Amino acid sequence: MNEIDFTLVDWSRAQFALTAIYHWFFVPLTLGLSFIVAFMHTIYYKTGKQEWKNMTKFWMKLFGINFAIGVATGIILEFEFGTNWSNYSWFMGDIFGAPLAIEAIMAFFLESTFIAVMFFGWNRVSKKFHMLSSWLVAFGSNISALWILVANAWMQNPVGMRFNPDTVRNEMENFWEVLLSPTAVHKFLHVLTNAYVIGSLFVIGVSAWFLLKNRHIIFAKKSIVIGAVVGLISSLFLVVTGDGSAHDVAQTQPMKLAAMEGLYNGEEGAGLVAVGMLKPGKKVGDDKDEYVFAVKIPKALSYFSYRDFNAFVPGINDLIYGNEKYGIRSTEERMEKGKIAVESLANYKKAKDANDSKVAAESLKLLEDNYKDIGYGFLPDKESSIPPVGITFYSFHMMVGLGFYFIIFFILALVYTLKDKIAVKKGFLKLAMWSIALGYIASELGWVVAEVGRQPWTMQDILPTWMSTSHLNTGTVVLTFWLFAALFTILLIAEIKIMLHQIKLGPKEERS
Amino acid sequence: MFENLSYLALQQYWWVIISLLASILVFMMFVQGGQTLINQIGKTKIERSLLINSIGRKWDITFTVLVTFGGAFFASFPLFYSTSFGGAYWVWIIILFSFIIQAVSYEYRSKANNFLGQKTFDTFLLINGILATILIGTAVGTFFTGSEFSIDKLRITDINDPVISRWETPYRGLEAAFNITNLSLGLAIFFLSRILALMYFINSIENKNIILKSKSVLKVCVFPFLVFFLLFVVLLLTRQGFAVDPVTKIVSMEKFKYLHNLLQMPLVLIMFLIGVVGVLAGIFLTLFKESRKGIWYSGVGTILTVFSVLMLAGFNNTAYYPSTYDLQSSLTIENSSSSKYTLTAMSYVSLLVPFVIAYIWYAWKSINKKRIDEKDIEMDEMKY
Ligand code: HEM
Repeated sequence: MNEIDFTLVDWSRAQFALTAIYHWFFVPLTLGLSFIVAFMHTIYYKTGKQEWKNMTKFWMKLFGINFAIGVATGIILEFEFGTNWSNYSWFMGDIFGAPLAIEAIMAFFLESTFIAVMFFGWNRVSKKFHMLSSWLVAFGSNISALWILVANAWMQNPVGMRFNPDTVRNEMENFWEVLLSPTAVHKFLHVLTNAYVIGSLFVIGVSAWFLLKNRHIIFAKKSIVIGAVVGLISSLFLVVTGDGSAHDVAQTQPMKLAAMEGLYNGEEGAGLVAVGMLKPGKKVGDDKDEYVFAVKIPKALSYFSYRDFNAFVPGINDLIYGNEKYGIRSTEERMEKGKIAVESLANYKKAKDANDSKVAAESLKLLEDNYKDIGYGFLPDKESSIPPVGITFYSFHMMVGLGFYFIIFFILALVYTLKDKIAVKKGFLKLAMWSIALGYIASELGWVVAEVGRQPWTMQDILPTWMSTSHLNTGTVVLTFWLFAALFTILLIAEIKIMLHQIKLGPKEERS
Repeated sequence: MFENLSYLALQQYWWVIISLLASILVFMMFVQGGQTLINQIGKTKIERSLLINSIGRKWDITFTVLVTFGGAFFASFPLFYSTSFGGAYWVWIIILFSFIIQAVSYEYRSKANNFLGQKTFDTFLLINGILATILIGTAVGTFFTGSEFSIDKLRITDINDPVISRWETPYRGLEAAFNITNLSLGLAIFFLSRILALMYFINSIENKNIILKSKSVLKVCVFPFLVFFLLFVVLLLTRQGFAVDPVTKIVSMEKFKYLHNLLQMPLVLIMFLIGVVGVLAGIFLTLFKESRKGIWYSGVGTILTVFSVLMLAGFNNTAYYPSTYDLQSSLTIENSSSSKYTLTAMSYVSLLVPFVIAYIWYAWKSINKKRIDEKDIEMDEMKY
């Protein structure tokens, strides 16, 4: 029966992933740097000191270079839901479209309007209005993150909706449930703190370069203090919010959690892998070991998932084969129920067209009873409900490891500057430059965890990826994939070159 | 308050909003028009810089209007989003491409070490100016001429062939550009965007050469604009249209449908006439009365004209996104909209729009107190 065109699905996914990954090179810096700029702008406003003005202007310029390309990649993401995921757009559009529209109305106009004031406002508008504009840009970009994360959270944990068999789609029932779903709240907090960490790493890394070159010493030291303070607070929150996300994943996407930990056989009082390596070739249901080696923090996974040191955490085998003791249904059982739901939907529609109200009512009942498993009715086999374990596992652990590294890094940066030793710590300054890249890596890995771990669903348990695409030739998508890849790469090179050049120029030493 | 509206009233309200966004977008595409004029008007480096910087302060609003238009269309009429974007794939991809290269070009063109060189970025702007206007115009043309697609929602129950909407020609939307009605609309919008841009330059830049040159180019652009616009209007009003039976919802062809719509909706007729007069008045005042405010007349005129044309597409029992492949697959504002709940929720959100317009206005006023001149370009570090 397996006639699904997986090449089309895979290329569509590749194209979306490509766009998202490129987009995400720019967004966190926009989110983080906008606040740092606003913060410096405020200090300038309060003190009137020229050095703070120079500093604000310098970071603002880098912000602008980065912002433009974020905008360019962002528009593609929005429209790709339609161009490449047209079935998804219909099946979920009633819920999914709303946050995208609200994002544009509430956030994008705020950003784009006040960016113009921020850039062109020097000597044109009052100092106060100018400073406020910097804040409005920061708020605008952060509000935009809120809405798009609400949309993403809803894919992971579809709430506040009901399936309407007459229109054959899911429809919104409760806007507030969609907006305030715990998944959305956790995502929002985790992503924002992640952005402030990246903003801080960027400011410190660039300033470190100036110190190494022995230029703009005071400017660099001041920037580092701001970066270290913002960064330290944010990185601590980042761990807290990440823990919140993991707790949420355990409730809503147990399969993702199992993949994140490479856990096949569930256990009570499960330990969390601190460092480990998966055994290659491990398959669901076989009795190979899961890990080549793994150092586990005892009982931590149980706590982190259910806030209970002895709770049972299901592994992949439990989720596939079921586990009666803990009330976990097998994938096969869910597939059967799902098939009933799919068939009942078809029968309902046909009965409706034939005006056969008795059959229609019976089918509707069956459909409603089994709807929560409908997605499983679209699976060709039970293994297809497992996300790629390796990618999810390693991405998760690298992200977490880097999270703890950043905390130590910011503490050191703060201590060295407060002791006024930072300029002589050449090794640390070099490390600081490289840490910018680590920030981006951690952030992209976070998305890999969230989205690869979500597979095979575009909407958890309801719609798999291969039911979500547009009706396109694979060749068409291959072509657009490469067009986008080439264009984005060229633009990325241009942005990096411009950015590096502007950094080399350094802040203008204007006199008041 | 919106809860008390009927489902149909909400659907109509949202068609009005979508039409309004589309008409503001067409007006704001003076930015695109301007991008096609930089070398034609600007003879020296400083003149070109003035031109780019004057539209450069507006480009991201145009861009944001486009994004909002997309988002709002998705939220209110998801079946359109699903059918048109996934179906007319190539047209939309080309349009999007042209906007990607636009978005970076302003910021990067005059920066040192920009990898591709200023010429390339200026060419990007030119490409966006030509393609976006013409292709968006032809795409809107299909609201009246139809496309070849079919929709069958039951396909979702077939795992091997689940996509509910399907484009039935391999040209993937490019076929629209070979229809004379669509093409005349596309070209009319292209020339209109240039006309608006010229008036915008005259209104916002303080430079003799630019003003003189803009006027002389304006004269040249008016003629093709009028030809293509009239051609479109005549073709539109004489063609058969896609009528929906209000009771059975069956779609059928009706002779002179859009003419009928115009006559049966007198308010739309009045708006259309005022709009056309407004566009012409702006041109007239600029060319013959030395006025520098032509953009306001033509701008408002553009918005009214496009708005009333879109009313003809969606209102009065008409299918706004018709299928010539299978008439009954055609999209109407009733069969393609979001649920009543979502439309109601989104209607509350729409109350933010006047507020948004107000702060945009305020912000623009505050940075553009006077016309932009050479001194501005020298003074600004942040220039394009
Ligand atoms: C230190 C401990 C950390 C923990 C426990 C943690 C936990 C998580 C979890 C569970 C997810 C998946 C959420 C989902 O699938 O819905 C996630 C995603 C993510 N993480 Fe982390 N993370 C940590 C550190 C970091 C760091 C250091 C960064 C980047 C600097 C980061 C950036 C992200 C991003 C961008 C996402 C994707 C968005 C999202 O799903 O929230 N995380 N994180």
